[in-house]
Amino acid sequence: MSQISTMAGVTPAPTGAAVEPRGPRPKPFFTPRKIIIYSILVMFSLYYLFPLYVMFTTSLKTMPEIRFGNIFSLPTAPSFDAWVKAWTSACTGLTCEGLAPGFWNSVKITIPSTIISIFIAAVNGYALINWRFKGSEIFFAILIFGSFIPYQVFLYPLVMITREMGIFGSLQAVIIVHTVFGMPILTLLFRNYFASLPQELFKAARVDGAGFWRIFFEIMLPMSLPIFVVALILQVTGIWNDFLFGVVFAGTQNYPMTVQLNNIVNSAQGTPEYNVNMAATVLTGLVPLAVYFVSGKWFVRGVAAGAVKG
Amino acid sequence: MQNSVSIRDLSLNFGSVKVLQHLDLDIAQGEFIVLLGPSGCGKSTLLNCIAGLLDVSDGQIFIGGKNVTWLEPKDRGIGMVFQSYALYPQMTVERNLSFGLRVAGMKKDEVERRVARAAEILQIEPLLDRKPANLSGGQRQRVAIGRALVRDVDVFLFDEPLSNLDAKLRSDLRVEIKRLHHRLKNTMIYVTHDQIEALTLADRIAVMKNGVIQQLSDPHTIYNKPVNLYVAGFIGSPQMNMFEGTLEGTTFTTADGTVVSVDTYDFAAPSNGPIQAVLGVRPEHIALGEAAAAMPFSIDAEIEIVEPMGSDTLAWTKIGNKAVTFRCDSDVVIETGQMVRIGFDPARGSIFSAETTNRL
Amino acid sequence: MADTALPLEAGAKVNRPSLLKRIILHNLPAKIAALPMMVTVLVVFVGCTLWTIYYSFTNSKLLPTGKFVGIEQYERLFATSRWNVSVTNLITYGVLSLIFTLVVGFILAVLIDQKIRFESAFRTIMLYPFALSFIVTGLVWQWIINPTLGLQGTMRNLGWENFTFDWIANPRMVLYALLIAGLWQGTGFCMVLMLAGLRGVDEEIWKAARIDGIPTWRTYVSIVVPMMRGVMVTAVVIIGSGIVRLYDLVVALTNGGPGISSEVPAKYVYNYMFSGGNIGQGLAAATMMLLSVIIILIPWAYLEFGGKGRRT
Repeated sequence: MSQISTMAGVTPAPTGAAVEPRGPRPKPFFTPRKIIIYSILVMFSLYYLFPLYVMFTTSLKTMPEIRFGNIFSLPTAPSFDAWVKAWTSACTGLTCEGLAPGFWNSVKITIPSTIISIFIAAVNGYALINWRFKGSEIFFAILIFGSFIPYQVFLYPLVMITREMGIFGSLQAVIIVHTVFGMPILTLLFRNYFASLPQELFKAARVDGAGFWRIFFEIMLPMSLPIFVVALILQVTGIWNDFLFGVVFAGTQNYPMTVQLNNIVNSAQGTPEYNVNMAATVLTGLVPLAVYFVSGKWFVRGVAAGAVKG
Repeated sequence: MQNSVSIRDLSLNFGSVKVLQHLDLDIAQGEFIVLLGPSGCGKSTLLNCIAGLLDVSDGQIFIGGKNVTWLEPKDRGIGMVFQSYALYPQMTVERNLSFGLRVAGMKKDEVERRVARAAEILQIEPLLDRKPANLSGGQRQRVAIGRALVRDVDVFLFDEPLSNLDAKLRSDLRVEIKRLHHRLKNTMIYVTHDQIEALTLADRIAVMKNGVIQQLSDPHTIYNKPVNLYVAGFIGSPQMNMFEGTLEGTTFTTADGTVVSVDTYDFAAPSNGPIQAVLGVRPEHIALGEAAAAMPFSIDAEIEIVEPMGSDTLAWTKIGNKAVTFRCDSDVVIETGQMVRIGFDPARGSIFSAETTNRL
Repeated sequence: MADTALPLEAGAKVNRPSLLKRIILHNLPAKIAALPMMVTVLVVFVGCTLWTIYYSFTNSKLLPTGKFVGIEQYERLFATSRWNVSVTNLITYGVLSLIFTLVVGFILAVLIDQKIRFESAFRTIMLYPFALSFIVTGLVWQWIINPTLGLQGTMRNLGWENFTFDWIANPRMVLYALLIAGLWQGTGFCMVLMLAGLRGVDEEIWKAARIDGIPTWRTYVSIVVPMMRGVMVTAVVIIGSGIVRLYDLVVALTNGGPGISSEVPAKYVYNYMFSGGNIGQGLAAATMMLLSVIIILIPWAYLEFGGKGRRT
């Protein structure tokens, strides 16, 4: 039991069976398990990819080709005519100026809404964690609770309020609405993020005599880049894709792209031009898709963060 | 009698990183062997390979005489206890213990018998209906051991089981594990970075570094006759005093000129010519006062710092230019600035080749 | 500690700020900064809700000036087949959507968790629909389910004469068309959530299960899934709250048709409020939506927060 054995000179190995197992386990490349897993994943991938394929191919076909009735086929002579038409001359109700105005409206709505809503939420989160005051938590709780209430409950009163303020049917109205409804989740995001930062930095700054805004701009903001990216992705995607607020509050001149898109497709007169419809759909989806592909991992983080409640 | 666990030429590479290199190890039936080393030395990896949780790159593993290199963990006749206990959180203690057995299709009364036996040995009977969240750290660890116990196996594997506990709990549970080993007499392979656990629990210790076993011996040998500089420095707190210098015949001259006669030292082989060497002496082997004068080597030194530790006192001084620590009983009165006689017997020390770091 | 001394206003007689003033002045910059939040909460989340509830008890038509009529609007509501169809549609869609989203999301997450290659490719493919607007989703699927030129037409032209996929024109099947589109968009998100939950399970639990000889599927069922209660609840809450709001997808895919077979409450509210000239009805419908959300939320809130006392 207490022999001093060195690395050499050990007792001989027990004799084994014919094939002496040694080294790594032999693993066949194709196991039933692997085949099943990959087949299911590939099948679902087809389900997810199919609409994208259809969108693109249909938008590049000509109408005669579409009427031929094969949704799987690739365009024989791909052309961007439908895209041009969708952009410049498709009819969105009364006017036939294409999606372009809608695109710029969406830009005009998304950029200010994103900036304002993120800024306010960041300040909120910062105040809630580092500068708690009586009742601050109650406000926050109501904010979160309110985020579950369907928007329809707020619609009419908000219409009345914006009318009173004289901004109903304008960009300002829809921007304010987006800011209001972006507040709960963004504030939650920032609040949780600031709560996870080490408190010592903040305390040291207080001891140094810095005040509310100074600490915010010079200490908190620079440390918050990750969460800003996440918030940016959430808001840009969410606001760009919005339909309800756009159609209610923006006014016909300022309809965002999603509203124009729906008009082009669903309220068209005469025979539908499917290639134009699909082209319009692709164009509307390009911006959020671009954000998605560029942000990659950050998008996933945004999704997961958006899902974290308390 | 065949060995309980044997490892032959085991190697494991993660990509180009050689984690384990050509290891050979024989563990006798009922032995308590400890794999000791710092983080990253490969001890946990080796344990996981024995358990079958990791595939090896080369080599073989035998448990109870059977070649288990390609077998699933459940077929190897092992039970394992993890650092984080890994209890199934949504199950009661009783279910935690019995789940594996029931999944294997064991009969109900056999399951009950085994659970009852494990609960009795580990004294967790009153806890059977609780969930892990309602247990203390020590209780959780006992349940984790219980889960291995019910498997009725010969070999138990422990992966740093006490690292998550506070110091008091650690020493209590350490004793319990030793008692368990006395009672069950199973083979136990225990991984830790804590030398106290290793020295107190092990029949043999395997000190590991960079995937290679540096020394495999009983604790006494490892402590008193470390086989190289690494083992000497790793074991023993406070660390062994190391003197660099030159060895010629039986005379060791330190770098700053102190001459020490080492003819009482038990050399493995006579050395030829003067060589660079390191002389190591443990603080507790350095005597003070009259006892020092009786030693083969003694010298006067001035006390620089005194650290009373309750049970004994640690003192810092210098021999030549080298800082030296030694231990004395807490009743002995010494103070900073005092000149004292200290001495040691080189036979209790260790001499290493500076070039190969091996023991001479 | 952020007290600022305000100059006394002309006419002020106090020489020591009253208790109320001190409470207000304490921590002032934070309160000013949080003003938008407080205003929003009071005006929108509290005020508008109360307004809607109150006016749902009036007979307002084009303008909210009607007089109080008790629950008349609600009686009309429940007598309207359009509303009742909306509600049953939403319940059917909601239950199916919830179940399938959770199941598909979970299965996909488990599959991806099996240490496969191309994980990020699969994840990218499954999640991109979530980045799209409901309008885009609805229109694409509207095209795919087009009876003559979409999938059905294509398959028939290719030889499968009896292939049927005209759900969008079939009152009995149109909800399933909505379901397919909705699942297409939402399952990727659920998968990401579930995957995060799965990955949160300690590696050592898997090791312990393997040593105990528990097969992989059983480990998922008996050990991992019970550990994911938190993620499941989060997923249910988020999917649920999205279901109640179902609007854009319906507008784009079917516009409530054929007939009223795919009407949903959110659309009912909008139609009556803005184009039906009957605000009272719209408000009553909106209040009913509110009620249903509250009925679902209160047990959840109690489970989450009631047991442990109030959470901050």
